[in-house]
Amino acid sequence: MTATTAATAAAVPEKTGRGSPWLAAVRTPVGACSAVLLAAVVLLAVLAPLVWGDRAATVDTNAIGQGPSGAHLLGTDSLGRDIFYRTLVATRLSVGLAVVSTVIGVTAGLVLGTLPSVLPRPAGRLVTAAVNIAVAFPGLLLALFFAVIFGVGTRGATLAIAFALAPGFARLAQTLAAGVVGRDFVSAARIAGVGRFRLLVRHVLPNIGEPLVVNATIGAGAALLAFSGLSFLGIGVQAPDYDWGRLLREGLDGIYVNPAVALAPGVAVVLAGLAFNLVGETVAAVVGVRTRSAKVRDRPVPPVRTAAAGETGDESLLVVENLQVAFPGPAGWTTPVRGVSFTVRVGEAIGVVGESGSGKSLTGLAVSRLIEAPGVVTADRLDFAGTPLLTTSERELRPLLGTSLAMVFQDPMTSFNPTRRIGRQLAEVSEQHQGLSRSRALARAVDRLRAVRIPAAERRARQYPHEFSGGMRQRAMIGMGLMGQPRLIVADEPTTALDVTVQRQLLRLLARTRDAENAAILLISHDITVVAQNCDRVLVMYAGRIVEDLPTADLTSAPRHPYTRALLAATLELDTDRDAPLAVIPGRPPEPSEVPVGCAFAARCPRAADRCLAEDPVPALVGPGHRVACWHPYEDTGRESGREAVASGGAE
Amino acid sequence: MTTLAVAPGPRAGVRGTSPWLSFARRRLTRFLVSLWALVTTAFLMIQLVPGDPVRASLGLTAPVELVEARREALGLNDPVWVRYGHYLGGLFTGDFGTSMGSGQPVSQVIGDRLPATLELALPAFAVVAVLSVPLGVLFAVLTRGGRRRGAELAFTSVSVFLAAVPEFLVAVGLVALLSVRLGWFPVAGSDGASAFVLPVAALAIGPAAVLARIVRVEMLSVLGDDFIRTARAKRLPRRLVYVRHALPNALTAALTIGGLLLTSMVAGTVLVENVFAWPGLGSTIVQSILQKDYPLVQGVVLMYGVGVLLVNLLVDVVLALLDPRSTIREN
Amino acid sequence: MSELVFDDVSVRYGGRRGGLTAVDRVSLTVPAGQVVGLVGESGSGKSTLARAAVGLSPVTAGRVLLDGVDVRRLPQRRPLQMVFQDPYSSLDPRMSVGESISEAMPRGAHPGRAGRRAEVARLLELVNLDPGRAGMLPGQLSGGQRQRVALARALAGQPEVLIADEITSALDVSVQGAVLNLVRSVRRRLDLSMLFISHNLAVVRYISDVVAVMYLGRIVETGPAEQVLTDPQHPYTRDLLAAAPSMGADGTGDDGGPADIEPPDPHHPPSGCRYHTRCPIGPLTNAERTVCATTDPADGAIRRRHRAACHFAEGDSEHPGISAMSKGDGPL
Repeated sequence: MTATTAATAAAVPEKTGRGSPWLAAVRTPVGACSAVLLAAVVLLAVLAPLVWGDRAATVDTNAIGQGPSGAHLLGTDSLGRDIFYRTLVATRLSVGLAVVSTVIGVTAGLVLGTLPSVLPRPAGRLVTAAVNIAVAFPGLLLALFFAVIFGVGTRGATLAIAFALAPGFARLAQTLAAGVVGRDFVSAARIAGVGRFRLLVRHVLPNIGEPLVVNATIGAGAALLAFSGLSFLGIGVQAPDYDWGRLLREGLDGIYVNPAVALAPGVAVVLAGLAFNLVGETVAAVVGVRTRSAKVRDRPVPPVRTAAAGETGDESLLVVENLQVAFPGPAGWTTPVRGVSFTVRVGEAIGVVGESGSGKSLTGLAVSRLIEAPGVVTADRLDFAGTPLLTTSERELRPLLGTSLAMVFQDPMTSFNPTRRIGRQLAEVSEQHQGLSRSRALARAVDRLRAVRIPAAERRARQYPHEFSGGMRQRAMIGMGLMGQPRLIVADEPTTALDVTVQRQLLRLLARTRDAENAAILLISHDITVVAQNCDRVLVMYAGRIVEDLPTADLTSAPRHPYTRALLAATLELDTDRDAPLAVIPGRPPEPSEVPVGCAFAARCPRAADRCLAEDPVPALVGPGHRVACWHPYEDTGRESGREAVASGGAE
Repeated sequence: MTTLAVAPGPRAGVRGTSPWLSFARRRLTRFLVSLWALVTTAFLMIQLVPGDPVRASLGLTAPVELVEARREALGLNDPVWVRYGHYLGGLFTGDFGTSMGSGQPVSQVIGDRLPATLELALPAFAVVAVLSVPLGVLFAVLTRGGRRRGAELAFTSVSVFLAAVPEFLVAVGLVALLSVRLGWFPVAGSDGASAFVLPVAALAIGPAAVLARIVRVEMLSVLGDDFIRTARAKRLPRRLVYVRHALPNALTAALTIGGLLLTSMVAGTVLVENVFAWPGLGSTIVQSILQKDYPLVQGVVLMYGVGVLLVNLLVDVVLALLDPRSTIREN
Repeated sequence: MSELVFDDVSVRYGGRRGGLTAVDRVSLTVPAGQVVGLVGESGSGKSTLARAAVGLSPVTAGRVLLDGVDVRRLPQRRPLQMVFQDPYSSLDPRMSVGESISEAMPRGAHPGRAGRRAEVARLLELVNLDPGRAGMLPGQLSGGQRQRVALARALAGQPEVLIADEITSALDVSVQGAVLNLVRSVRRRLDLSMLFISHNLAVVRYISDVVAVMYLGRIVETGPAEQVLTDPQHPYTRDLLAAAPSMGADGTGDDGGPADIEPPDPHHPPSGCRYHTRCPIGPLTNAERTVCATTDPADGAIRRRHRAACHFAEGDSEHPGISAMSKGDGPL
């Protein structure tokens, strides 16, 4: 319609891209199976009646009710007709009727499902309500009901099954459409003045098409089974016509004499039903309705990386050296955390800052030993409170980590178990690790809720998470950490989902907790100001590496890495010059799967030179407690000086 | 189609009635509305039959007087509204009409046949629950995070296959193998305990496979949820993480989908009864449809419908017990 | 250049019981050629107000006027366009960039395929995107690029007024700057009026001429951006400013006060001043200030500095321009 040339231009790379997933899908066992079965079913449906129609109808009074023999592969029925050929010939009617009723049913379902969005409100609601009631009834029951109305026979059964399928599809279409209608692009189209009908055709239907096709295919399988069921009951296809259900009905009487009479059509039904189901699954896998994880090949070889972890004294609580986190991806292993080293001292507050995809959250999870398979964590050293976390067994670690490592996660809405009371979720910790009884653990939970300033803690402990606000849940989460004696609190974007006033409360609570328990804090945030306000030291991460590790005091006065400076410059403050354009960092971070050879920031860096593209910079100490991984860092005066930058770059 | 730009506030929950009471009220209302819709539909079914149901039932050769007398007796000559009123009134007094075939009251036929169907359906429900949940959980735990691809493939293939085989084919297969070939169980009838094995198995195998698959998928999805990470951060033993934190949440999700499965088992009895010549409602409905015994069809359809509504109600109550949110979330 | 006026607008969802008044009798003017920044926390109703202007949320009372004309009387394609928060949901994944943009063009504005194509190219260039990307699907673009396309689509509708709803909150800082720079330059070049919504005070301050602060469905303070943020009159504005993290300040200090109190349930807003349950200068700290809990401070707001909806805000003497500007021709 509009901008068609543009659309076709887009379609060309799309097409070439599309060929391969279908081909790849057919190469999988499921895909190959489904392709072969489907081809066989279609071929039989078309050819069998033409080729064997007469043989299947031939009555042989000399061979009534015989078992399998050379002349009759699967024996004969009560009129001496060949069971094998009858089963093959019945393919056309069985599959054909299933497809016809599916088409009618899906069409009716789509009409019913999309009517409410076009009809006036009350009428639409009535349709929705009717569909909602009908969908609660199983298809067979609906089919029987409609069979009464439409009458016994092929036509009646076809309509009955079609109408029995319709409510399910109506509901599916409604649910899918509601999901699309709620999205902003539909709102944008409405604002642009796009009418209801065009909205439906142009925006809604294309976006629900794929799951509908998948479900229609599976629905055809269901229709096939249902039709055989009706015919088997004698309500569907009537003699002298026959489908598999009819054959089965006729064969059941002779099952003692020749089980094949009943089994042959049964097997045919199952195979054809499987064909539809498998095709549906394959289509689903290709169009991405459900994605299958790729095969995991071999583990990655962690690249060797020499890194100064900073001084590790007696005060070290957490020592991390050359930490790597790898995940298997569709195109091999990716390593979103690539050789991270740092130390957290007792009672220290460390901030980890970086943009999305920098690996900061994974670092937090890895040091807490919360990365599960298929993720792989490796490190030269990962010690918490003197215990090596990677070599000690989980059972031995449990009491230590359960009482001295606390976690606060980003999304307070999903981080609590919705089916258990808050108090019990806290109490669990003490029951498990401190051997407290149920009631004493609960009393402690109430006490801890009070400690994180939750009003009416006793009543609140009996409530479920959905009765708590976001800020309250984050408090409760901190309270959960306080069930033991936390020595380290790992807080992964704890305030991102909260409003600023609530954020301030929570950060204060963290600070108070740190003082009271002398706990160290690892505060992970995308917001450099939050980190600067609340931490002693800041780790700046970029593309899975720590690019700068510096005391907070140096952050504003003497950041050395170009990325740190760019990040600071891009951060809006309440005193940013309104008349000047904002500083921006050109380009975007590399994907974890395509990190370049040299410095990952080189492509966006104003100071990048040849060496940066060729060689990955190794962190080097540039001041007390200040490490930078850069070949050309800024001087700590804050002024750019090429000579000094090269000098310090080469000093490593 | 309105969008609430406002985050749900904390539900302080002091105001108004208890969520349970309003849940009970809402759910009961829905049940009654559905029941009314069901009864009305059952009534309309007969009205929608093309031509004269009495003539269709008695055959073309029946004398006009007989047809007319039967029509009069059934009240078919009254206007639709009067008939509807009679029908509703009859239902309240337990009068489901009279079978055209046998002349027996429909309620009596149902009373005779219902126990046999329940004897089949209830054990099948139990078998499905007992088999599918542990199997689904077990395979979810074994194959989480892409582990044990062999076990996953085996589980998926077997469950897909079993789910693709309809009840009546399972029944036929079981009969062919275990009764005809091995002679372990009777082919048909409902005498003795061994007679139950095949019909119940035929009814339960498919749904059990489907439900086990659903439980596994839901369990895997729950295991990826944030609160499972929280539970792991508490360093609970894995057993507790699975049983206490993952299972209830997986079950709520599985039940929402599985509810439809349980109701389909209600309908599945029709086919299984016909294979095994089981003297329940399923045999009755098919015979009455074939004989065009419309009052009987109407009564049995109503019974099945009520069965479905009851299963749905039960599922909702279980959901509410498992997940406190569902008492307020439900619309 | 057009003026957008919210005149005593209310938006209410749900039935009589359990309903929610997301926007409660809000009057706000977006003067021609100016940027009004609307700040507030989640649940304050700021997005709902914006959506009311473009017809996405139901105006249950009051009017939204564009140059004095009720927007409900305007044709379906209003000269009002909106850019949304989530760049991943605001573009149809199955429509190319060019199709999305040209769909928003007024009918007949650019006749012929070539005309539309040229306009798409012009708009893409306007938002600093390569016109060659017109054939791409949104899935091939980054978040920042998508947001540019969304802006181009909004501009395709030839708006007089542009509404930007949290357009940078889903983006990383490094991308946020580029999008804000772009919005600013495009607005200046096209001389658009703009309603800019954000929860981030620094962003709002950077981009707006006028700032309005919203709390629980009400506007509690409005005025020139610099004045409101340097000399806030409403205690809620002051709290927001104090809570905003900044590089210089130390956020861990405890200034005491009732800041730990939970925000109230929007379904049951407090009586009188809606902020009195959290207000550091209200009845929580000054028991004699019972007026806060009983009397709605919105009534005398027009006479106070920045139209602050606070009984204890300064009276207004030197800013007659603001009250005249903000009140328009509404009742009261």
